[in-house]
Amino acid sequence: MGVKPLSGFDLALAGLLVLALGLCSWRLRLGLERRLAISAVRTTVQLLLIGQVLRVLFAHASFPFVFAISMIMLLVAGREVMARQHRRIKGFSGWLLGTGSMFISSFAVAFYALAVVIANDPWYTPQYAIPLLGMLLGNTMNGISLSMDRLTEAFWQQRQIIEQRLLLGQTSMEAIEELRQQAMRSGMIPIINSMAVVGLVSLPGMMTGQILGGSSPMDAVKYQILIMFLICAGTGFGVMTAITLTCRKLFDERQRLRLDVLQKQK
Amino acid sequence: MNTLTVEALTFRDRGPYSLCIAGGECLGLVGASGAGKSLLLRAIADLDPHGGRLLLDEMACDQVPAPVWRRQVALLPAESGWWHDRVDEHFQDFASLDPDALARLGFTTDVGGWQVSRLSTGEKQRLAVLRMLENKPRVLLLDEPTASLDAANVTAVEKMLLDYGREKPAAMLWVSHDPDQLARVADDIRMMNADGSLTGKEVA
Repeated sequence: MGVKPLSGFDLALAGLLVLALGLCSWRLRLGLERRLAISAVRTTVQLLLIGQVLRVLFAHASFPFVFAISMIMLLVAGREVMARQHRRIKGFSGWLLGTGSMFISSFAVAFYALAVVIANDPWYTPQYAIPLLGMLLGNTMNGISLSMDRLTEAFWQQRQIIEQRLLLGQTSMEAIEELRQQAMRSGMIPIINSMAVVGLVSLPGMMTGQILGGSSPMDAVKYQILIMFLICAGTGFGVMTAITLTCRKLFDERQRLRLDVLQKQK
Repeated sequence: MNTLTVEALTFRDRGPYSLCIAGGECLGLVGASGAGKSLLLRAIADLDPHGGRLLLDEMACDQVPAPVWRRQVALLPAESGWWHDRVDEHFQDFASLDPDALARLGFTTDVGGWQVSRLSTGEKQRLAVLRMLENKPRVLLLDEPTASLDAANVTAVEKMLLDYGREKPAAMLWVSHDPDQLARVADDIRMMNADGSLTGKEVA
């Protein structure tokens, strides 16, 4: 049993809803029409493009091709993490820090899931690898950008207190212990909360898609449980890595607070 | 003993500064605000990057971990920082503080349980002195230590710091806007000019 195909006309009917929303936004002077239009167009174009890419990818399941696609996904996610920081670490090392943390956590967890848990042959079967990695990257990206933003902002606002603690002879890691914990928590709490309500309040998109695609509900649910665990672990380890590295970066070798490595974005 | 030696210290576009303060001695530092007095103290406490050499007796700053240096070369900032809810949480062991020392600055041991959010600026400044001395530092870098105190407390804090400096003995570098205060506490006074240069100034 396959999913009932949607025609371009069907999508245009759904698009009418967005158009109606745009009209309301214009009448209420929310000023969102432009952004709404651009975002709707981007959704359509980006997804149609990725659809074509995946079609080719599924037909030629070669490891270099899968790897190249996942690298592009990682680079875009890395760029997004930087863009979401109010005060970000200057230069290449700031980018490397966020992207590297995502790489370590998402790719390690995805590899473990693909090679050990699902154990397809070959393990990088793109029908599994790409959606799994996409979901992991999307969630780690949110967690890492949220926690890094929280951390750098806290450092900025509490620099006097951090320096006071250094002056009393605390090590840099003692002086920021609470800030580090808060930042890590803020990155991990969204996924922990969503694990607590999944199925009761929200039906995850992947599970919905699988059921629409004709899988039995129990199969879909089992995959969803797997995904939730993977996302939780990926986000958690990613946040811990990113925050630990950021904390180090904000001090120099003499344990001086170096906020001059940060730059403010508009 | 406990001699602070500053050799050709440079930071940002300032310096070189060279000073030597023996244990038990107090060097006063005056100068217009913005001249860089606080920056000099921060560099000596190794809180800002700097060039040149810092020595405490034979111990070079860069040969010991930064926290070790900062515990021995204590900087009392003009505005103290407090991060826990209660006063005593900011001390290593509040219970073992000398009650006489608390009393000299107008407190009883009850102050340990006070909420930091309800402290006045002056109370914070006096408690910050006690907190700094708990580390038994060998050098005191004092940035306007009595700026927000009334006359009686100014006298009490001056006396406590000077007594500590003589008994330990600790080298002291005392920044103040008040020439009369420096005349009371300092053995020698330097003037920091607007361009950051230091010139000698006779005790009035």
